[in-house]
Amino acid sequence: MSLQTEIIETDILIIGGGTAGCFAAITIAENSDAKVIIAEKSNIKRSGCLAAGVNALNAYIVKGQTPETYLNYVRNDSEEVIREDLVYTIAERLNEVTRKVEELGLVIQKDSNGEYISRGTRNIKINGENIKPLLAEAVNKKQNIKVLNHVNIIDYILNDGKVAGAYGFSVRKNIFYVIAAKTVICTTGGASGLYRPNNQGFSRHKMWYAPFNTGAGYAMGIRAGAEMTTFEMRFIALRCKDTIAPTGTIAQGVMAPQVNGAGEEYERRYGAPKTFNRLYSTVTENKSGRGPCYLKTTGITNEQKDELYKAYLNMAPAQTLRWMECGKGPAEENVEIEGSEPYIVGGHTASGYWVDTKRATTIGGLFAAGDVAGGSPQKYVTGCFAEGEIAALSALEYIEDEIIVVPGTDEIDQKIRTVSGFLTGELGMYSAEDIEDAMQKVMDDYAGGISSNYTVNLKKLAIAEKRIDELLELSKNLKADDMHQLMFIYEVIDRLYVCKTLIRHLEARKETRWRCFQENEDYPDKDDHNFLKYVNSRYENGEIRIIFRILVKKDDNYEHHNR
Amino acid sequence: MSITIDRNKCSGCGKCRDVCPGNLLYSDTEGMTYVKYPRDCWGCTSCIKECSFSALKYYLGADIGGSGGYLYTISEENLMHWIFNSPDGGRKILTVDRNKANKY
Repeated sequence: MSLQTEIIETDILIIGGGTAGCFAAITIAENSDAKVIIAEKSNIKRSGCLAAGVNALNAYIVKGQTPETYLNYVRNDSEEVIREDLVYTIAERLNEVTRKVEELGLVIQKDSNGEYISRGTRNIKINGENIKPLLAEAVNKKQNIKVLNHVNIIDYILNDGKVAGAYGFSVRKNIFYVIAAKTVICTTGGASGLYRPNNQGFSRHKMWYAPFNTGAGYAMGIRAGAEMTTFEMRFIALRCKDTIAPTGTIAQGVMAPQVNGAGEEYERRYGAPKTFNRLYSTVTENKSGRGPCYLKTTGITNEQKDELYKAYLNMAPAQTLRWMECGKGPAEENVEIEGSEPYIVGGHTASGYWVDTKRATTIGGLFAAGDVAGGSPQKYVTGCFAEGEIAALSALEYIEDEIIVVPGTDEIDQKIRTVSGFLTGELGMYSAEDIEDAMQKVMDDYAGGISSNYTVNLKKLAIAEKRIDELLELSKNLKADDMHQLMFIYEVIDRLYVCKTLIRHLEARKETRWRCFQENEDYPDKDDHNFLKYVNSRYENGEIRIIFRILVKKDDNYEHHNR
Repeated sequence: MSITIDRNKCSGCGKCRDVCPGNLLYSDTEGMTYVKYPRDCWGCTSCIKECSFSALKYYLGADIGGSGGYLYTISEENLMHWIFNSPDGGRKILTVDRNKANKY
């Protein structure tokens, strides 16, 4: 199979048309005439983690709260290791971006005075089933944004140490893309599918985070030598069993407490109700023989039940179908809960690109926003909008002095040869799926998956490290006979790079800071004296080099000094 | 997780193929849509919502509690009707008004 080459030039390339990417593109179009391309591996109308919708906006400064109180909440929930400058600059923009998304058509519930109705101290109620179609519609209306749907980006184009575009291919046609740009904003989302998931076989993709978010943005950054931060702070969601649907809607909606198999409310026995503690308490109850654990919903009214049914239809319809099918809804039966497998996702924890306050990465010409950017947990949907906006404005400033540089023929040919290598020759012994299964098994067994109650130790991590390197070697010989399979190959390779980095981060944090998310059996206590700092890394000469960095505070304007 | 497509109802318009976030839907030799990678479905229902012919049905795998029931949607201006069919042939419709926020 031969590939046709298409060379495209643009001012700004945005990789990934999800929440952050679409909002960044809209921001650029509203503030300039710069030409923008969004490269998206599926279709921006439903791509990314909000394909099914979203049930609430979980980051908003409600009446009586301030950006400072939001920052305090995030700092406390994440045991201090956050980038305060990043969290605060997001918090300052949360309400303005919310207003803007309402203008695009998002339905937000208001009271008789026109004020948004809050759900708790940071959340507001919406109808978010159509949040992606609304964003896509806004993007499509802008003349200077071109959307390349069904194009999978695989690596950055580097020119003189700076990012000058990206290479990719169509998932549907035999086209190899060379997209030359003055700057690139990476908004590819986080990484799922690293660990063996709760469901296997037929329902293996019934998981929390989008199974199509494969960590591509992290991986291409790692390969290009960008600095990454806090991968060891994994995110593990507490979910409804089997459907892996959200639990917060039930917990906050009908105030359902977590109870164990004996019907006892157990959460308070485990200290402050931090995000990781809600999971840790559930894991420990199960481990101690007091499972299964539930959200206690029995006794809710029929009206409450119907409202729950509708809420789930707008984000996780499998849960409503499950209730309908089994003939017993949450009023008659408690909802069993379990922890998901671990993910790397910067919208919930602090994993991702190490960026400065302007969201520039450590490689010139490359900005990052949303789930792919690190340092600022609990950014959620509105935080991704805010970060997309910040990155967009920074990118506009950056391109003022930049020109488009198309890579030379030799360089393009070399990249095409690498890609074509996967498309030529006999199919080998292993498929991309086989390598993915092997990777998930290794990560589950040796890098703190579900089967080990999420804990790690240095001996197990050393085995994981070795096995992931072996799988990376094996992946070089994978073969594809169509473009979709080619995408599968790149997805598993990307995931392996993320795993390799993650394992080194887990080894480097020799303490236990966030139970389950990062719990080291060799170092079971929190060690503020030595580890109240960031674990960062760079990929150099085939190895992940660990770098420790001191905490950045709220009013610091952090700049990179060692690019 | 997956969906099924009723070939008698499918027009082959391709709207569902276009939006699937996993690129899982393909056109067969007769132009009809089929699910090439059923095990890769996330269950987001994006495809179901695109279909004007009620040709797509969404169901749960037997491993996560599925027992033959399914759902599909019909859009009517601001209303989204979710039609549930239970294994015993029972039918229930839940209607969500897009102009109203969720209570929870």
